[in-house]
This record gives sequence, structure tokens and C-alpha cells, in this order.
Amino acid sequence: MNISHEWLQRFAPHGRSAEQVRDLLTAHVATVEGFERLRADLAPFVVGRVVETQRIPETKLSFNKVDDGSGTLLDVVCGAPNVTVGATYPFARSGTRVPPSAKNPEGLLIEKRKIRGFTSNGMLCSAQELNLGADADGILELQTDAPPGTALLDVLPVGDVRLVVDVTPNRPELLSHLGVAREVAALTGVALQRPAELQALPAFGGTTSWATQELLVGGFTVRVTDAADAPRYGVAVIDGVRVGESPAWLKACVEAVGGRSINNVVDATNYMLHGFGQPMHAFDAATLGASTVLVRRARAGETLVTLDGVTRTLDPSMLVNADAHQAIGLAGVMGGKATEVSASTTRVLLEVAEFAPAVVRTTRRRAALSTDASYRFERGIDGGATAEMLALGAALIAAVGGGTVIAQGVVGTAAAARPAVRLRPSRVARLLGDAVPGAEITALLRGIGFAVADAGADALDVVPPTWRHDIAREVDLIEEVARLRGFDRLPDALQGARPGTVPDHPLFTAYRRVRDALVAEGLHELRPLPFTAGAGEDPATLVRVTNPLAEDEPFLRARVLDTLARRAEYNLNRMQGNVRVFEVGAVFRAQGRGLPREAQHVGALIMGARRPVHFSEPQPPAFDAWDAKSLAEVMARAAHPAAAITLVPGDGAVLWQIEADAVRIGRVERITLDAPVWAKPAFGVELLLGDVHNVPVAAPSTNVHDVAPVPATHREPVRYRALPTTPAAEFDLALLVPDAVAAGAVERVLREVSGAQLERLELFDEFRGAGVPEGTRSLAWRLTFRHPERTLRDKEIEGRRVQLLKSVEAQLGVRARTN
Amino acid sequence: MSLNEFLAALDALAAEAPDRIAAAADLEAWTEVRNALVGRQAGRLTEILAGLGALPKEDRREAGQRANAVKVGIEEALDTRRAALAAAAATSGPALDLSMPARARWIGAVHPVSLVIDDVIEIFRELGFSIAIGPEAEHAWYNFGALNFPADHPAMDMHDTLYLGDEQVLRTHTSPVQVRTMQRYRPPIRVLAPGNVYRRDFFDPSHAPMFSQIEGLVVDEGVSFADLKATLSHFARRFFGASTRTRFRPSYFPFTEPSAEMDVQCGVCGGGGCAVCKQSGWVEILGSGMVHPAVLEHAGIDSERYTGWAFGMGPARTAISRHGIPDIRILYDSDVRFLEQFAR
Ligand SMILES: [Zn+2]
Repeated sequence: MNISHEWLQRFAPHGRSAEQVRDLLTAHVATVEGFERLRADLAPFVVGRVVETQRIPETKLSFNKVDDGSGTLLDVVCGAPNVTVGATYPFARSGTRVPPSAKNPEGLLIEKRKIRGFTSNGMLCSAQELNLGADADGILELQTDAPPGTALLDVLPVGDVRLVVDVTPNRPELLSHLGVAREVAALTGVALQRPAELQALPAFGGTTSWATQELLVGGFTVRVTDAADAPRYGVAVIDGVRVGESPAWLKACVEAVGGRSINNVVDATNYMLHGFGQPMHAFDAATLGASTVLVRRARAGETLVTLDGVTRTLDPSMLVNADAHQAIGLAGVMGGKATEVSASTTRVLLEVAEFAPAVVRTTRRRAALSTDASYRFERGIDGGATAEMLALGAALIAAVGGGTVIAQGVVGTAAAARPAVRLRPSRVARLLGDAVPGAEITALLRGIGFAVADAGADALDVVPPTWRHDIAREVDLIEEVARLRGFDRLPDALQGARPGTVPDHPLFTAYRRVRDALVAEGLHELRPLPFTAGAGEDPATLVRVTNPLAEDEPFLRARVLDTLARRAEYNLNRMQGNVRVFEVGAVFRAQGRGLPREAQHVGALIMGARRPVHFSEPQPPAFDAWDAKSLAEVMARAAHPAAAITLVPGDGAVLWQIEADAVRIGRVERITLDAPVWAKPAFGVELLLGDVHNVPVAAPSTNVHDVAPVPATHREPVRYRALPTTPAAEFDLALLVPDAVAAGAVERVLREVSGAQLERLELFDEFRGAGVPEGTRSLAWRLTFRHPERTLRDKEIEGRRVQLLKSVEAQLGVRARTN
Repeated sequence: MSLNEFLAALDALAAEAPDRIAAAADLEAWTEVRNALVGRQAGRLTEILAGLGALPKEDRREAGQRANAVKVGIEEALDTRRAALAAAAATSGPALDLSMPARARWIGAVHPVSLVIDDVIEIFRELGFSIAIGPEAEHAWYNFGALNFPADHPAMDMHDTLYLGDEQVLRTHTSPVQVRTMQRYRPPIRVLAPGNVYRRDFFDPSHAPMFSQIEGLVVDEGVSFADLKATLSHFARRFFGASTRTRFRPSYFPFTEPSAEMDVQCGVCGGGGCAVCKQSGWVEILGSGMVHPAVLEHAGIDSERYTGWAFGMGPARTAISRHGIPDIRILYDSDVRFLEQFAR
């Protein structure tokens, strides 16, 4: 909402500066998010002091030395008769552009030049030259002590200020100067008044008639089909209007709020909208068929050309104004082209109504047309002021357009008083943490138009005014008290608090563990968007956004790696081949018609060099599947520290399935990317941290406080094992393992046969080639044995070796490598 | 073999060993010498001892004692030489050029938005808050109805929503976690709920369709707006610096009342006004307010007995101003050269 500082003062003569009003509103009412000086064109002008002056003979000119604060006195020729040494004037340095005038629509650019042989380096200005008034007889002498060089706007209180107020949806009455002025008046202790321009309007001699459904107003039949759509519908007829230019004050008001002056009649309706928050519409009465004005739902397929020239097809969810034949306006949104007030209009039918918020909202949405009027109706206007606004609006049109109000009437019933709301001062104290005396509460609320009555000990009955639609409960009143008094006045010392009953969510602690582990592994955390094209997935299992931002990415991802792969490609496109990234985030799978199954996953993608270049290793190896397997183990252990983690070999693209306590929780895979030839292979790991439960906790208005919380997963503490006191014995086994036999199978046999004294089993070599038959590979293990009580004898060791070789040969057909 | 022959072989080994050990010039040569002298596989001593069994029984004791004495002598000499070689190796050879870089390894990084969330959590942890998590795909009731949003009202226009169905949405804020937490746990409640939220906002330098939010919620008997103000001002001083000033402006959220937004004095201009704070001298940090009694009631909590306060803030905005990031999309692009800047 644009508020004119000058216009506001005509409602509330508060005497404060625009800056003070801005701060007051922001602290107590609504945030002022914009502050614009409307005479910004005067910003380059400064205070100049005349230090010397002499007449230029045979001319009306004077030659002067002017101090403009720059440290150098400037030569300035001036044509004004009133140049006085020591006085200060508005000064335009060369390079300044003087505001536009009829004579010079671009605005004169002040430049250094010669006049009659004298140099002139700037201009001393008159009021007229600065668009500050008609006085062109001499330059404008400033009444200021400010030193030369001071900005003119700092010493001359000229030019309106536009305050841009961020009005929240619960306070529609602030969408008007009256509403904002009411608050400012209360906060500054001045009385709210009607602006001077409205105080001597031509009075309507007759009375305003009321009827519940249909009414004859000045020869026009006015009918409302459904009072629920338009609880109050007022019409005035003004005769003998001359449509033309608006008076200067009215133009100034319209322009001060950012509007454009159109003509006196339309400007008057806009004045009422921005001044009082009451949308109005003026029809050319001569264009209304059968002298009838209806408020009804649109007929299916009915068309209307609105004021903006757009032909609109309507439907019965929309509310229209109509004459006897057709729609003439979108009710509460915009009037029709055919009934627009024009230069030839002499009789005006003015509509001043209260339309129901919901139907205006629907109409506005269906027409995809938001206007100043619809914005206010949707939020709710003052239903108690229809007749008053009708009379005022009609009188204003009569005053600025000539003419006479010949009739006015309202279809509907007067707005009922709102029910009283009980307010306990003790509750105010409890909620705000500060006691506010009942008398102060009463004064604050009365200040903004609430009726307050004492209702016994610790009880006030408060009736909100008709313009407040947001006051239904005690707490709504407490908010009024808090803000009017000021949040600044509340104490803010930290008080003791009882500890809460809520344990940390296990998904949060899991996230932190996994994140720490992956950062330690040298990976970067991502927080990308989770939308996906869903390539490679069955769309039926994916969750589709009903109204996606982009039609080519309408799904929520089912896998984090889907997102990470796209981010890896983004990096490859920027020539970045070393990518080590991870994300902990939500994934979604469709399940029937309800909410999707949602889970937290961690995904990691590695691609490129295993280590940065170092002089000891000029070409570090690239990440391979074994790095991915290692990463998977790190991630799985961090995610599920209490579980036994197993990586089960997969096939094809899936390298390993990750299992925790034999439950499949994720996988390691090769990632296929849209990659340039120089890119290294990419590997991905994705696993489940846990499901995110989205079933309702309890039915609305109930709780499950009596259900005991699920205890956190118990993690067995590490048991101490006595440190060895006997020496270990170790030997190596080099085996020829056929390709069909998994190393894991060999290890299993080695472990089984070795028994408890096997302390370590390390696969330390894999070799294919010379001396190793086709279809086999040489794998070498180092086995470390230890007896807990004594030194193992060489013979025992040798015996084991032989037994192991026998077992692997018997069970797996694996022999020792002999060369 | 006779005892004399056995002893002669031992003597020869004992005589030859000191020179051979002394001749080992480095650790590699030392290892060879050791293997040759006392190695288990092919060492000279092992070979000599192999003859022990062939000696007459009455000679074996003396032979064994002598062999052991020789073994101990050789091993002592080997140990002494090894220590000397190791000491020499540490100081000899060409000097290291110590200006050369350390062996490198990749350094990981936490996302800058997570860094802000971490900092916020740390401060509230000191004040006894724990962490709650809720779903991103939500029932409309948790996202709107339970939070006192009037149906079909302009208040809904503040949340341009991505729908998954008629009654299912991608949550537009973390506030549904308030309701889930209050339904589940008995007061006193002190929780923070970080999480991602969604709006139907197209990507531009300052808007994203998904962003993170941190929600805070306190519910107990006797909790007041003064507690809200004290706690959030304390947070601001801990987060932005001890001299940070705050102000509270009236605002509107359907689920809190009174509602207020908290600003901190602009850190760029110190309150004088600049481009960052749009000349106001203040920067908006969070929205807050007393939990609306209707929200407590929707969660099955007695709104007469209990009161509460809540706040919500957007860590991405803080990350952007903290690190001087000119465009919010950089946070999502995931360029590794950007992420590396946060390595630690
Ligand atoms: Zn600033």
C-alpha cells in the first residue's frame, strides 16, 4: 500500500516527519518497506551563499561570487532583482538539470557559459524554476543556517514522501489512508479528522433509501440476486456531470500513491479507494440497458469486454454487474468497457458496494485479473460504512465534476455489530510476560475504534469495529495491546526453563554421523533440488507434483543418486572431472492415493582422481570399485552403527547390495553419465538412513502423550579383550584361484579351517599372467596366527598350512601356486 | 660329525660374523647379512644346528650351549649394527627440501547452508533444545488446517503451494513439525526442526522452489512473549555478535499471535542504511510469535494451561549474506569449485 505522507497528515495532523511516521508504523502497525521522496528531481540542488555581487551595467543582470561549499567561489550570472550578499539560495551547479517546465519539457541543463562576457558557472534558482510555486519574480531566499553545499532537500521541507506499507492479509483496513491514519492518530495522540478537501462538499438534500432486495434509485432499478454475494450494494445517481480534468489537489493525491490521473470522475473514485479503502465504480448511466443494475452470477458462456479491453468468457462461479440484457462489469474486480465513463458522460451511476470476499476471490481467479478493488474486497472492507461512503463518493464526484446527486440508495441491510470478545487483563500479563493495567488496555483499544466495557473483576468486554475482520478471540485483542504498546517495552531477560520431553530424532543424529564420516573421506555435501525427469524409473512408482514448476521435471526423486548424477554432469560440463559429493535427503515412492512413502537416504558419488597430485605421485590413480566399496562400508557403519554390515556382490550395474543385519538397505553401483571422453568412471553408493513417518500422529485435536516413546536402539558397548602376551606366527598362501571361485569363498574356507587362533587374514596380492594358467588368477593371503597362552611351534604352523591347502583344494579345487 | 667339527664350524661363524655385520652398509644389506647368518630358512647357524642331531648324545648339551652363546653374540651385534644404521639413515643422504608440499589428500566440506544450521542448532542446544524431524510430503491438514490457515483466504496466497494431490502437499514450511511434535510429546517441549520446504517459486537470484528452514518451538506453562523476545535476542547476540541489537515488528502468521518479525541491526552499515538493508539499517532474520491457541487445541493441548512460542528462519539467506554469495542458485548448482571453498 502506497501512503502519501501529505495526504496522511490531512487525516491525522500528527506533525511528525515522514521518517518518524515510517518508524512508528514499522514498530506498531505494519512494516514500511519503501520510502520514496517524490521530489527526487531536486536532489542535486544545494544551498548556495552569495558572497559578492555587482550589477552588470546596462542590463538587469548581476555578476556574483557564490559559495557552494566546494571550497572554490563560483562565478554566477543572475537575472533576478533580489540577489543579496550573505543570503542563501537554491543553487544548481553546472551539470544539474532543472525540473521540466512547459517551456522546456526536458528540463534545462545548467552548463558553464558566457553571458555578456561574464562567465556563469551555475544558476541561482527561483521557486518557479524548481516547480515549487508560481513565484518567478526573484530567486528563492532560504531560511536556513545550513552551510553552503548542503542538499536543498535537507533544508527545504518540500516534496511529498511515499511510504510503501507491507500490509498483512489480516489487516485490510490498512489498505487506505484512513486506516493508517487511525493508527497514527492513536499512536501520536491526535484526533482523526476528515481531510479539508472533503469538508465543504455539496450536500445531498434527500435521504439514502434502503431495501433488502430491490430498490429504485433515480429511475434505476437496482437488484441483488443473492445477498450472500453482495451484502450491501449502494448506488447513487449524479446528474449534470462534466467529465474533464481533475483539480490539482485531486491529481496530486492520485499521483502521490502512484496512480495516473484519468478524469475527474474516475479520479474521485480512486481517491475514495486509496483514501478510505472503499472501492467504487462509476458507470455512464446512459449506457445501462433498461435503466437496470443487477448483481448476479454470470451465465455460462456469457462474455464481457472489461475496461482493459480484454474480452472475457464468464461462468456461474463469477459475480457480475449487469443491466437488463448483459454483464456490464466483473463485480468487485473491474468494470466493463461499454459502460465506461467518457468525455460525453453527463449522468453517472456510482456503485459503492460490499461484495463477499470469497466470490470476489473466485471471480478474480477465474478472470486471472487482480485489481486494487478485488484486492480489498478479498480481504474484507468496512461493511459498516457503505452508506457513508456512498454519500461521500457521490458528493465528491458532484464537487469535482459539477452536477447534482439526485438519488442514492443501498440494497441490503446495515452491518450487524460484531459480538463482544471477553478480555482478561490477567491473560494479557500471562501471555506477554508483563502486566498491563486494565485502564491502559482500555485506552489502547479505544484509540483504534474498539468499544470497551468493564465486565467485572479481570474482565473487559470488547466490541471490535466493523472494519476489523480479524478479531474473534481474546488472543486477537492481546496482540493489539502488545503492538500498540510496543514490543520494545516488553522485558527480555532470559528466564529459567524446564527441560523438554522430546528426544533427538534418530534421523538427525544419523545424518550428523554420516555427514561427518563423508566429510572426513574428502567428500562435499550438496543441497540440490529433488525434482527429476524420472529417466530409468517406472513412472507409476514415482510421485508426480500436481502443478510442477517444470513439465520436464515433474517428479520427486526416488533415489538421491539420480540427483547426484545430474550434478556430476553439471560439473563435467564445466570441465570438472574430480567430483566427490554426497547428499542426505528425502526420497519418495508412490503408494496408492495417499501420501508417498518417504525416506531419508544418503547418496555419495565419486569420480576422478583418488588423491590430489603430489610430486611423489604425479598421476594419482582414479577412483575404482574398491574405493566405492570402502566408502559404502564407511557410510553403512556410520548410518547403522549397531548393525552388522555386509556387502553382497551384485551383478551388472549393481556392484554390491548393502545389507544391515541381513536387511537390504542400499547398493553400490557404476553410474552412467552423459560424460565427455576424458571423464573417469563414476561410482555411486546409496543407502537408507530410515523411513520418515508421515501418517498422522493422532486425530485432529487429540494427542498421544500417553503412548510411551520408542526407546532408542541399544548399541552393545565394545568389550575389552586382553592384549596378547604370546608371539604371533605368520605365513603366506599363494593360491591359483579359478575365475569361477570367489575370493570370498576361499576366505570362508580359510577361516573355517583355521579356527579361533587365526588373528588376521589379509588378501595382499592378485596376479594374472606369466606362470598363471588361463582362467585362473593368483591370490595371495597373509595369515597371522596366535595362541593365547603359548608360542606356536613351527611344526604346528606347517601342519596348518598343509591342512589349509588340502581343504581349499578339496572344497574349491584351488591349488597352491608353486612358481 | 664330531663335536670338534661342530664347534669348529661355530667358531668359524663367530669369527666371521663381526666383519660381515660391520660391512652391512645399509638396512637392506643388514637384512641380507642377518638372513645369511641366523636366518631361519638358510642361515649359517640354522645349517650348523641341523647337525646337532647327528652328534653323540653326550655331546649335544655342550654343543647346544655353545651354539646358543654364538647365536646371542651374533644377534647382539646385529641389533647394535641395526640401531647404528637406522640412526645414520635418519641423518644422512641429501637433505629434504622442506619447502616442498605435504602429501595431499582431498578435504571434504559441509554445505554453507548446513554450516548456518549447525551454528543455529549449537546455540539453541545450549538452551536445552532437541531436534525434531518431520516429513516433506505432508497432509494439507498439518501444513495448513492445523496451523489455523483460514480456508480459501488471501493468507493462503503467502504460500504458493506444490500439490501432490487434493489433500497432499509438499510442505510450505517446517511448522507442521510443531503440530506433529505437540501431538506426540507432552509439554515441556523445546525443539528445533530443521528441514526442506517447498514453494511454487521459480528459480531466480533470490528465490528457490525448495529451501531450508529452521523451526523452533517452546510449549510449557507460563511461557510468554517476553521469553520469546529474550531467547531470540540472546540467539542473535550469540550468532551475530555480542553487541547485536534486535527489534521486533508486528507481523502476521496464521499460527502465531501475537506475531512479530525479528530484525537485527545491519552488520554492513551498522544501522546507518545501505544497499544490503535497503537503507533501513535493519535486516530481517526470522518470523516468530506466541503459538496460536487454535494450534495448541488442534494438537490436543489445553490452550488455557499451556502457552508457547515459535519461530522460523531461513538459513540460506543468512548463508548468502554471511559469505557474500550473489545468487541463491549457486547454493543448488553444486559446482565443486564452489563447494571446495568451504573445505575444512
Ligand atoms: Zn545496512
